Amino acid sequence: MYVTQGTFSYLPPLTDDQIKAQIQYCLDNGWAVSVEYTDDPHPRNFLWDMWGLPMFDMKDPAAILLEINRCREANPNKYVRVNAYDSTLGRQTTALQYIVQRPENEPGFRLERQEGRDRQIRYTLHPYSLDRPAGERYQK
Amino acid sequence: MGDQPPSFQMPRGGARQGPPSLPAPDEEENAPPRLGEDDVVDLEDEVRGSQVFDVLEQLDRELVGLVPVKTRIREVASLLLVDRLRRGYGLDSERPTLHMCFTGSPGTGKTTIAMRMAEVLRRLGYLAKGHLVTVTRDDLVGQYIGHTAPKTREVLKRAMGGVLFIDEAYYLYRQENERDYGQETIEILLQVMENQRDDIVVILAGYKDRMDTFFQSNPGMSSRIAHHIDFPDYSIDELEGIADIILAKQRYTLSEDGKAAFHELMGLRMKQPRFANGRSVRNALERARLRQASRLVAAGGRVSRDDLMRIEGEDIRKSRLFDNGEAVDEDTAAERKAASENGRPPS
Repeated sequence: MYVTQGTFSYLPPLTDDQIKAQIQYCLDNGWAVSVEYTDDPHPRNFLWDMWGLPMFDMKDPAAILLEINRCREANPNKYVRVNAYDSTLGRQTTALQYIVQRPENEPGFRLERQEGRDRQIRYTLHPYSLDRPAGERYQK
Repeated sequence: MGDQPPSFQMPRGGARQGPPSLPAPDEEENAPPRLGEDDVVDLEDEVRGSQVFDVLEQLDRELVGLVPVKTRIREVASLLLVDRLRRGYGLDSERPTLHMCFTGSPGTGKTTIAMRMAEVLRRLGYLAKGHLVTVTRDDLVGQYIGHTAPKTREVLKRAMGGVLFIDEAYYLYRQENERDYGQETIEILLQVMENQRDDIVVILAGYKDRMDTFFQSNPGMSSRIAHHIDFPDYSIDELEGIADIILAKQRYTLSEDGKAAFHELMGLRMKQPRFANGRSVRNALERARLRQASRLVAAGGRVSRDDLMRIEGEDIRKSRLFDNGEAVDEDTAAERKAASENGRPPS
């Protein structure tokens, strides 16, 4: 199951040139770009591990692509995403965020039903990959 | 703060300037033209279109002498232009390596040339941004284990799309200490110089003899640098040319006597230790300005625009270099004076 989250989530995976063009857009807007990774695909898991600090004062997208590639190398088969933070007073939030790498096999989610009082049902999502311990989730 | 009243809308604009820009038009221009096999290109049009030779002409105009350096930059510019056209025809060749090493005495214009080089490379579409990041050992090498790599990488990332200018690069390698972290910096530099050739141009600069030793101990570095450019010292005529340009920029003129005095002064100064070519000229002129100002104020009375612009011979001849024919560097003279006042023998 193809996990969709962030900007461009319904497009086919971006190529490196497209990633660079998007970073250029962020830099033109003066947003600070950072790289994050995780192996927990749950939609509510929005705090991913940071790959280094957010990058300020960058002029060229090549610099950020360099970090993305280093992160991909160190974390093959994990999700990697690019974050752009707009620090403008009043906005101060993530302006753009997109996935640049995903594991080869994404097993998807199962729906869990919890029987409550009075025959109430609570639904929740459980990613299959979470059945394995962190760090081994997407190994073959 | 508080430029705009609080609102519940998604803030737009505010501190941000203008609408988000589309891809810079430059990039479009820099894309090589698509050409068929039988097309013929007017080279002159291309030259004019790239505007690169404007920069070169400006270089000729504003920088005196340095003939070998200018020739080399012209060659590089021509190579890149031809390369661009070749790519237009679909004749793929590997991108030329443009890492450079500038050697020469202080004040011969290494930094200035590096800045112009960045501009030339940007106009030819070789570099995306064409900014210059100047660093020295301190900016690259860390202080404890594990500090160096991130620090170097941070600087490299900042310089991407432009030129990284490493001043006094020979300090990176300390022969006497084999555990020096400089070695780590050199390794990362080499790696990036090889792998990110499209994104960054590294220019090393330093004195000739020390750079030679540096390259001897780092042969890998030497072979990855395609252009070793030596900056010659200026002749006395060229120094005068530099003075003319500096003065013209600051709206001063030298009187006839002033010119003669300046010629003598430079002759004396060149024999001194710590002669710094262009920088010495600038300092000498700064001092002459100082003396001109104090002369004018001391004389009092009415002054014309001309008086304010003209530097006379006496303004220059008051330099300590002329003291009883003994050639003394101004700084050395000041030191000696201070020493004698303190009752110490001059060192």
